[in-house]
Amino acid sequence: MAFGSEAQVGHGGKTGGHGAAQARLMLSPTVIVLLIWMIVPLVLTLWFSFQRYNLLRPAGGFVGFDNYAYLLEGHDLWRSIWNTVLLVGGVLIATITFGTLSAVLLNQPLIGRGILRLLYIAPFFVMPTVGALIWKNLLLNPVTGLFAWFAHLLRVTPIDWFSNVPLLAIGIIVAWQWIPFATLILLTALQSLDQDQMEAAHMDGAGPIARFRYIMLPHLARPISIVVMIETIFLLSVFAEILVTTSGGPGIATTNLPFLVYKTALLRYDIGGASAGGIIAVVLANIVAFFLVRSVATSMER
Amino acid sequence: MKQTRTLATMLAISFGIASNAPVQAATTITIATVNNSDMIVMEKLSSQFEKENPDIKLHWVTLEENVLRQRVTTDVATHAGQLDLVTVGVYEVPIWGKLGWLSPFTDIPASYQVDDLLKPIRNALTVDGHLDALPFYGESTFTIYRTDLFKAKNLVMPANPTWTQIADFAAKLNDSSQGVYGICLRGKPGWGENMGTIGDLANSFGGRYFDMNWNAQLESAPWKQAVNFYVKLLKDSGPPGVVSNGYNETLALFASGKCAMWVDATVSASFLGNPTQSKVVGKVGYVAAPYETSAVGSHYLWAWTLAVPKTSRKAEAAKRFALWATSPAYIALVAKTSGWGAVPPGTRTSTYANPDYLKAAPYAPIVLQAMQTADPRHPVDQPVPYVGISYVGIPEWQDIGTNIGQQIAAAVSGQESVDNALKQAQQDTTRAMTQGGYLK
Repeated sequence: MAFGSEAQVGHGGKTGGHGAAQARLMLSPTVIVLLIWMIVPLVLTLWFSFQRYNLLRPAGGFVGFDNYAYLLEGHDLWRSIWNTVLLVGGVLIATITFGTLSAVLLNQPLIGRGILRLLYIAPFFVMPTVGALIWKNLLLNPVTGLFAWFAHLLRVTPIDWFSNVPLLAIGIIVAWQWIPFATLILLTALQSLDQDQMEAAHMDGAGPIARFRYIMLPHLARPISIVVMIETIFLLSVFAEILVTTSGGPGIATTNLPFLVYKTALLRYDIGGASAGGIIAVVLANIVAFFLVRSVATSMER
Repeated sequence: MKQTRTLATMLAISFGIASNAPVQAATTITIATVNNSDMIVMEKLSSQFEKENPDIKLHWVTLEENVLRQRVTTDVATHAGQLDLVTVGVYEVPIWGKLGWLSPFTDIPASYQVDDLLKPIRNALTVDGHLDALPFYGESTFTIYRTDLFKAKNLVMPANPTWTQIADFAAKLNDSSQGVYGICLRGKPGWGENMGTIGDLANSFGGRYFDMNWNAQLESAPWKQAVNFYVKLLKDSGPPGVVSNGYNETLALFASGKCAMWVDATVSASFLGNPTQSKVVGKVGYVAAPYETSAVGSHYLWAWTLAVPKTSRKAEAAKRFALWATSPAYIALVAKTSGWGAVPPGTRTSTYANPDYLKAAPYAPIVLQAMQTADPRHPVDQPVPYVGISYVGIPEWQDIGTNIGQQIAAAVSGQESVDNALKQAQQDTTRAMTQGGYLK
């Protein structure tokens, strides 16, 4: 991450330079500790990624870019990057859409609103593994699951989720966990919405759709970009849901980058290969972060 | 190996294992084991061992199979030395033994009756003339079927069925409107999950994983026939969602009465005969595992064993416990406390000669027959460079086998055609074997 704050230093005019130097000196211990905290594992990972280091084959040594070449030649790296993009993108769209709708709903004066809100937030506090297991065994199971039972009532063949639409199934589980988060952030934002404005619009004859479109949504733009940024950081590393449901399959239909690294490290015991995968993941995450931070920054300035 | 040390430390921290070295007279040994019911019984009964050996304290780390494997492999491979006794399968023992990672059992007391161990198991655990691990329980596979459903349809299960006959029965017994499926098989990808079934199936169609020069054979005619057969059988007469079903899920399906047939591990019998866990008690029959063109390799041989890593600083104490937990005396102790039906099967000839055991486990002769005819050194009719039935005894196998399992699962779920899945598996396997240095 670059120090994005540099640009703002010196706005204070003449004394800015002096103050900034002092401020940097004051900050330095924290920054140095954080750097060490980040750099040491990164350097170690880099180092391992150039080694032939398989736990089950004690002989090793420097191999240059072999580990990277092996990954880049395989079909699974590209597929897993694509799966990661699909999963992050799909879940983001779902959580923003449903999060916004639920926030608007929970913002209405309803009876039992407090309890409803509490229930709404609950999935966020269920551990990922537990949530995934509940979905897998109680809801999505094509023989004993709740959805299969509904399907039998309606006389249709139940969907075999994890075989036919595995990535969608994982996406649903992850979205279910993250919708509450989006709802929570957007709801707090809605509560700071100026009611006079809404009433004025109402007097001028704007319907509920128009009010939502022209007043609420612009008001929500900033919190939505925050939700996108925070969720992306977490969704890039979705792992538990995949491990307990599909183990990255069928085939490699649900293998995302973190799962690929896990497979390399703990199925092949190939520390070198896994480190190379980790470095590739770090590079990709930084590219994503770069664009995210920029887009959020522009939405902040508006 | 400085990097190894660093990694070991990092792993140790990440796994959060506290090294327990309290200053006391008793030696505390750390035992890593798998959460199977027989191991849980061992853990319960181990207080007896502590009574008999007041100088030894036991500390248990009980994990799910895959996690255990990763934990134990990283501990042993990085020489972290946190585990004094590990539970490993017959797949690992010869590989680790050759790498010199295991401490052999040399002075085995006469009371242990080492000659009583079943030959195939003993051979599988012997490295350079020494036992490198002691078998806790052993298993093979057989055909499990519902006698009541067969009777209702006037079908008779032969003692040695072929896969074609099994498919024929499955089609007749499949009744999805009643929620009963013709056959349940493992479908969850993994070298120890669906490949345990598919490897045997391919062997019995005459298919091998590798030829004598380590060229993968996954696109050979027998493999294509076997995988096409497996995919079609599950599509026509199997339960939906089969690619999520590993051994445990399939066991649950059969125990709740949803399957007419099942081909799987012989240890399933004691579970299916237990009224607290199974709804089909008294309605289950057992015959030999199906074959197609050859019975060689149609059923695997597996055992969970106890081994002492070279890195353990308490090897003597750990070995004492391993000898106790795999001894005839231990089997007698389990029989006394929980009945003969619960004794760990598949390790000793004397168990199968015991009239009490034969009464509690009427299927025992079929199990013994299966175990004695499974030869990991000769897993298929054709010559092979590897040891192992349904698995290949090389370090790369966990990765390769799981990947083949993933590709076949994709074919079962209809994401890929069988030909494409096998082509992909062949490519990946060749790539991995080239990287491993088997192929030039």
